Amino acid sequence: MTERQLKYFEAIHEATDLALGADENVLLMGLGVPGPTGIFGTTSGLQDKYGARRVIDIPSSENAMTGVALGAATRGKRPIMVHMRLDFAVLSLEPIVNQAAKWHYMYGGRVRAPLVIRMIIGRGWGQGPQHSQSLQAWFAHVPGLKVVMPSRPCDAKGMLLSAVQDDAPVIFLEHRWLYNLEGPVPDGVYSTPLEGASVLREGSDVTLAACSYMVIEAMRAAETLASVGISAEVIDLRSVAPLDMATLGKSVGRTGRLVAADTGHAECGVASEVVAAVTEQCFASLKAAPQRVALPPIPSPTSPALADLYYPGANEIAAKALQTLGRNDVLPEPPSDPGRRWRDTPDPSFTGPY
Amino acid sequence: MNRIRQPRDVEPRFFGLAPTQASFEGAVATAMFREMLRIRRVEERIGERYAEQEMRCPTHLCIGQEAPSAAVCAHLRPQDLVFSNHRSHGHYLAKGANLNAMIAELYGRATGCAAGKGGSQHLIDLDAGFMGSAPILASTISVGVGAAWAAKLDGRDEVSAIFFGDGATEEGTFHEAMNYASVACLPVVFVCENNLYSVHSELDIRQPPRPVAALAPAHGMRAAVVDGNDVEAVWKAAGTAVAHAILGEGPTLIECVTYRWREHCGPNEDLNLGYRSIDEFSQWQQDDPLERSRSAFLAAGWLNENVISTMEQEISEELDSAFDFAIQSPFPDPRELATHVFPDPS
Repeated sequence: MTERQLKYFEAIHEATDLALGADENVLLMGLGVPGPTGIFGTTSGLQDKYGARRVIDIPSSENAMTGVALGAATRGKRPIMVHMRLDFAVLSLEPIVNQAAKWHYMYGGRVRAPLVIRMIIGRGWGQGPQHSQSLQAWFAHVPGLKVVMPSRPCDAKGMLLSAVQDDAPVIFLEHRWLYNLEGPVPDGVYSTPLEGASVLREGSDVTLAACSYMVIEAMRAAETLASVGISAEVIDLRSVAPLDMATLGKSVGRTGRLVAADTGHAECGVASEVVAAVTEQCFASLKAAPQRVALPPIPSPTSPALADLYYPGANEIAAKALQTLGRNDVLPEPPSDPGRRWRDTPDPSFTGPY
Repeated sequence: MNRIRQPRDVEPRFFGLAPTQASFEGAVATAMFREMLRIRRVEERIGERYAEQEMRCPTHLCIGQEAPSAAVCAHLRPQDLVFSNHRSHGHYLAKGANLNAMIAELYGRATGCAAGKGGSQHLIDLDAGFMGSAPILASTISVGVGAAWAAKLDGRDEVSAIFFGDGATEEGTFHEAMNYASVACLPVVFVCENNLYSVHSELDIRQPPRPVAALAPAHGMRAAVVDGNDVEAVWKAAGTAVAHAILGEGPTLIECVTYRWREHCGPNEDLNLGYRSIDEFSQWQQDDPLERSRSAFLAAGWLNENVISTMEQEISEELDSAFDFAIQSPFPDPRELATHVFPDPS
């Protein structure tokens, strides 16, 4: 029997549907949640199914509505809040950082804030400086928040179900370029832990640790490296706070080499944290300086001509892996996309806008 | 509305809200006087002992502003909720929260209401319905609205009363929260304690000359601005506001114009800083909400000196006991540093 395949957005939708069905206290809220496009299909039809009490559209008030979600969470509700772009959630940093992250601690454990905040990270098709930021490092820096960014449909479903069950606030980051990728997804309710990386490909020469869409690029890089006889291990971090140091340490202990790839900026970012933590804890195992593949300290540009220069991908990951091995092989060209002028969409079938 | 400089400048106005017709009687008046007196004495005692450097946290005293706490909470039932800001002691006490746990919290003890992790700025007592306080302006307003939303979803008869200062009304989230409370018709009473200053910055340079309460009608809400040093006036406005909330008729904003006597943060007077005049301060001090109640209630025959003296005695003993409790309580165990960052599975 072939495994059931779902696209990433369908997995998110299914998890949300199951969570709403399983617990009357689960709420779904966000601008456009019941709307005609249903947050890129992730919330479509759920208001019809669960009613306008529990599945709600909201005012364009990211700040207060996050506080509202927190207030409901402290009274037994389990809200899932959705932002069509992470950039809009920047308006809600106060209730996330000062309040939700801290209420359990600063009130001595007397209050719980079981809140899930979904944020979608945009990229390409001219999304530009305010529609495509990957600010996971901001949230990962704040104690009291769990920050996850699954790359596969099965993890997206299992981790969203876990996030809704968790009594801590969870920042759930979804890269828009993952939305149409398909993968096997089990039926029914299951939970994937919010902590813990996943080894997607075993290898012995170099560890490629990546999160979110960069996992896709890391898997491509591993293929390319294999073609020149290099065995790369690919770790999907899945959670960026906390980091799974056990899995990272075990892998680097074997390979002695690390390339950390993140969708965000390199400076003070997740890739930096992975490199720093591995260097501290596995220094003796390292055979070469760990490398980062992440965004330069430049805002996301809009023009496709600039965006193509801006985003690193499989080639950059593979090149850094070679560097850790002290090799200067000429890597095979990636399979070309005939007729494809720009690389600012996940695949040529994609036509904007979005 | 003209600039408010003196107590007599406060002009009550009502925006779609009628003060309650319920009569203000001896028992209610006496209970509120006692609560105001208790809050005053707690704050004074904290002020007296603050210099010992044993209460090592920012502490914002509400001396001069006791009336809104006593008057609003007089209408709240045990199941109703209070959300508060940095100047929270009055709200906490008037809602019936635990005094010992509050003083222990100021002393950073394990027996504190937040286990020593919050301090004066983060009081909580869930048993009393005091849901939390936080010093970032307006930050608990939306949280209180969210609690009211949960109550409405669950069909619980529960009102959220949210206290904040005039500074908080300049934050965008205050307007966002009013908008949502109004559109979702939630059982909320917004209580603005307008003490004319945000730290040291006067209201007139921060807001145009209109009452804070005038913001509410734009959000489809009823409102009132009342003399916040007149406990009866606040009680009458709040009575209707709470009744509307209970009846499912949506939120109300009550602006209580009052005045802070001590420094923004800490136990001292601060006239030396020069941001407010001695003349202004003196006029407000002569408008002491506690003294006004005392003389009015004595004249009405609701209080007598013997009753007041008994109250003073009881409060003093309660305070002696609370401070003893705090000082004798242990500090948090070192293991507590890293507990409660994340909840244990429920």
